[in-house]
Amino acid sequence: MSDNADQPQARVTVQPGAQGCAVILAGVWRITAAPPRWAECVGKEKPARVKVVMDAVERWDSSLLLFIFEVQQWCRADGVHCDLEAVPAKVRTLLGQLVASHETSVPFDRSENFLTSVGLATQDAWKKAREIIAFVGECVISAWRLVRMPHKFRWRDCVDEMQQCGAMALPIVSLISFLVGLIMAYQAAVQLRQFGADIYVADLVGLSVVREMGPMMAAIVLAGRTGAAFAATLGNMKANEEIDALAALGISPVDFLVLPRIVALGLMMPLLALYANCVGILGGMIVALGVLQIPPAAYWIETQSIIDLSDVNTGLFKALTFGLLIGLAGCLRGLQADRSAAGVGRAATSAVVTAILLIIVSDAFFAVAFNILGL
Amino acid sequence: MSALNRNHTHNLGPAIEVSGLVCGYGEQTILRDVTFKVARGEIFFIVGGSGCGKSTLLRHLVGLNPPTAGSVRFLGAPFSEADLGTRRAQLRHFGMLFQGGALWSSLTLRQNVALPLEEYTSLTRREIEELSALKLGQVGLGGYEDYYPAEISGGMKKRAGLARALALDPEILFFDEPSAGLDPVTSRKLDELIVEIRAMFGTTIVVVSHELASIYDIADRVIMLEKQAQGIIAEGAPRTLATTSEDPRVKEFLTRGTGKVPIL
Repeated sequence: MSDNADQPQARVTVQPGAQGCAVILAGVWRITAAPPRWAECVGKEKPARVKVVMDAVERWDSSLLLFIFEVQQWCRADGVHCDLEAVPAKVRTLLGQLVASHETSVPFDRSENFLTSVGLATQDAWKKAREIIAFVGECVISAWRLVRMPHKFRWRDCVDEMQQCGAMALPIVSLISFLVGLIMAYQAAVQLRQFGADIYVADLVGLSVVREMGPMMAAIVLAGRTGAAFAATLGNMKANEEIDALAALGISPVDFLVLPRIVALGLMMPLLALYANCVGILGGMIVALGVLQIPPAAYWIETQSIIDLSDVNTGLFKALTFGLLIGLAGCLRGLQADRSAAGVGRAATSAVVTAILLIIVSDAFFAVAFNILGL
Repeated sequence: MSALNRNHTHNLGPAIEVSGLVCGYGEQTILRDVTFKVARGEIFFIVGGSGCGKSTLLRHLVGLNPPTAGSVRFLGAPFSEADLGTRRAQLRHFGMLFQGGALWSSLTLRQNVALPLEEYTSLTRREIEELSALKLGQVGLGGYEDYYPAEISGGMKKRAGLARALALDPEILFFDEPSAGLDPVTSRKLDELIVEIRAMFGTTIVVVSHELASIYDIADRVIMLEKQAQGIIAEGAPRTLATTSEDPRVKEFLTRGTGKVPIL
């Protein structure tokens, strides 16, 4: 919809004459209005000469230039003489600039052939792998410094982070773990009831939650909640030159920013996993009571009989690993972020994806390793 | 070495020696063969048009980016060729004020200033707090010690950044576009502060700027960088360069294209 509907329109009249035709431009030429088209104005005529006259133009802007340029191009293509003598010098100058920019502006071709793309992707993958190795190495060196000089460690920041990623995550971890325990118990109840093996719901839920689902669910919640927060915070600090300010003082950003976060997650994850285990078992117990009429005491005794300490330890070890991986992924992506708002957003997304990928891969590795070790 | 007993050190050789420095990011080279010296206690400006590589040069000088070639020496000791540990130790003798202040947003102004003191001194908490308040007072931010960076204006952020840069009584202070985004009066006050710091502590000051008012007001000497030349095209006192330089690019920049030295 045009807001200039009531305004006078641009008009073009083609007047055939003895020595060619005169193109008379008139009215108000606005770039926001629908422009006249030269091809429609001239029709199928083929004059020997075209003279542009714009004495009757009331107001004009770039749309008039574009129209005259179209006329010029048409004349050049058909070998017709284009007479612009009657056009004001100012318009001719602007037209000259338009012609020059038309001839010199070559579109920049950003496309690459297949081999170049593969080569660049390989180089990029190698560069990223080196960055990851260097970052992990820096974290290890920093952790060694922490062991040698614990008084230099920023415990206050670490405790703040522990509160953020531990205590503050309790409601969401509770909800997710409870629901996961509940869903698993429901699924098990439907199947096991057919064989009269109702009580084994407790075994299935207990073992699955303690060895697998408790740590995994807590880790996925923290990857989305804390991993993204780490990446966004560090990415934003990078964009504001806060990381440069640390480096300019000779303070290692890994010591100052990364290690307190990784230590906080490493300490909090096993605790959260332990909590998630309890809440998950509670979810199963409620389904067992409601659907299968198994008393909570019987459910608890059955759970205790199937879970031993090695199962709990296995889950806690996994949780510790997941915590370290989430911390590493979040901080790495934050420090790698581009110095822009979009870069911070990409870093947060990338941190979550990387963390979840690492969690699943490491979990698969643990499944095989624990099986071989008989744990 | 305390900055307070560092006056009249001109005979000790240059504070900064840069020779054959090549700066760039990855494959891209921004500056080639940059060579200059900065005397101790001098207010030295790196000037030039937008995109000529001023901030890039500063980042390479302080080691935020590794130079492709060439060397940087601070106070007679090699810096760019030294190992990371030595460079970090040397960095304690410098202060840097970033364009936006670069204050750590999760810390109050007092904590921002206190951090370098906590890291590199064995002062007690009480002493550090007092010293932080003193530094903030010196830059006119007394009473704002417990504000967070988000709660203060752009000019105040720069002054707080300066207080943090001054925390360890640096021997060399670097400023990246100190007047960017500031009104002329605030900018002028920051210039006065720079001159005061030099007068009080004998600090060597390197400023990256394209603000002509600041350049003519406080610079002892400037180097001018140019994008096409990818290096230094002029070196000297700003007024001398503006009146005597034969190079039209230098003349145009220092006279804002008017051919006359602005009356500032």
